[in-house]
Amino acid sequence: MIVAERKPMGEILTMVKDAKKILVLACRGCVSVCSAGGEREAEILASLIRIGLKKEGKKAKVSTDSLVRQCDKEYIDGLDQLKGKYDAIVSTACGVGVNFIANLRPKDTVYPALNTSFMGGSAEQGIWAEQCAGCGDCILHLTGGLCPVVRCAKSLLNGPCGGSVDGRCEIHSDVECIWQSIHDRMIRIGQAEGLERIAPIRDWSTATHGGPRKVVRDDLTVS
Amino acid sequence: MSFTPNIQAFCCHYTSQQSLAEGAEALKADGMPDNVTINRLVCGGKLQETTLLKAFEDGADAVFFVGCPIGECHNKKGSERAAKRVVAVKKSLQELGLGEERAEMFHSGRGFHLEFIEAAQLMNKRITDLGPAFEGGSK
Repeated sequence: MIVAERKPMGEILTMVKDAKKILVLACRGCVSVCSAGGEREAEILASLIRIGLKKEGKKAKVSTDSLVRQCDKEYIDGLDQLKGKYDAIVSTACGVGVNFIANLRPKDTVYPALNTSFMGGSAEQGIWAEQCAGCGDCILHLTGGLCPVVRCAKSLLNGPCGGSVDGRCEIHSDVECIWQSIHDRMIRIGQAEGLERIAPIRDWSTATHGGPRKVVRDDLTVS
Repeated sequence: MSFTPNIQAFCCHYTSQQSLAEGAEALKADGMPDNVTINRLVCGGKLQETTLLKAFEDGADAVFFVGCPIGECHNKKGSERAAKRVVAVKKSLQELGLGEERAEMFHSGRGFHLEFIEAAQLMNKRITDLGPAFEGGSK
């Protein structure tokens, strides 16, 4: 899922300082699962905005609503039902949702309530960890299912580096050395020979270095 | 200028039942400040951040929750969950510049205990010294 965190309240209050009708728009997708931008968090944020405005002696109507997702056109169309009820949207979706509203609602003002953090999973309750960089050329079949691109501080493809100590990363001592884990796991699952393979220089053109990426599926597009 | 804070106390059924059974007059006789309003929840686990925040929207100068001692919650972890939510509200209040001291968590055993009254007195003293949460006082 996409993991995110709420922005500092000072930043959000500055965004909405001139708005009179504020819609805090929740997303019921990833950000609701990581408790950053679902309906409950939108209610909390709306309350915090009201309190913040009250402290500044300002008045604005702050309401909440939610969309199933904010990353699909058909769900953004749900904003039609809220026409006239807002002059600014504070989206609690990830950055994708904010972009989609901006793309599809040229005249609407939309602000991000969250800092989109990463693609990851819940390691345990209340803790999320990055697991995928979305680099566009997955090598997990070569590394026992553990990603060195995002889980190694140096994104090494031939690891570990000399800074791996007792299975910990030299840059973040509280983080496991993923290459130590890759070695341990490859041996455990009978794929130790894969560790002999030397990864060639990586072509990063599939990652974000070449500008925004797009996936086109001719079998799904309709003209 | 004298200032009487609007303080909203929230407490779980088990922490509050005996205290409420005392009745308003008896509580007052024990030292419960008049300006502290008791709001009873079935359990600390039921406490939502929005419940505490709504109190500020409605004019509270401070809120506090009294739940069972850790490890003695009738519903296992209700008061621990409440404590987490109070921490979240404290952080938000700090961000908003209202001060984290305006929200507090207390633990008190089942039945009537003076700690229940003392928590209210402590908050009353603290917030009276601190002043109103909002310019122009509670509205």
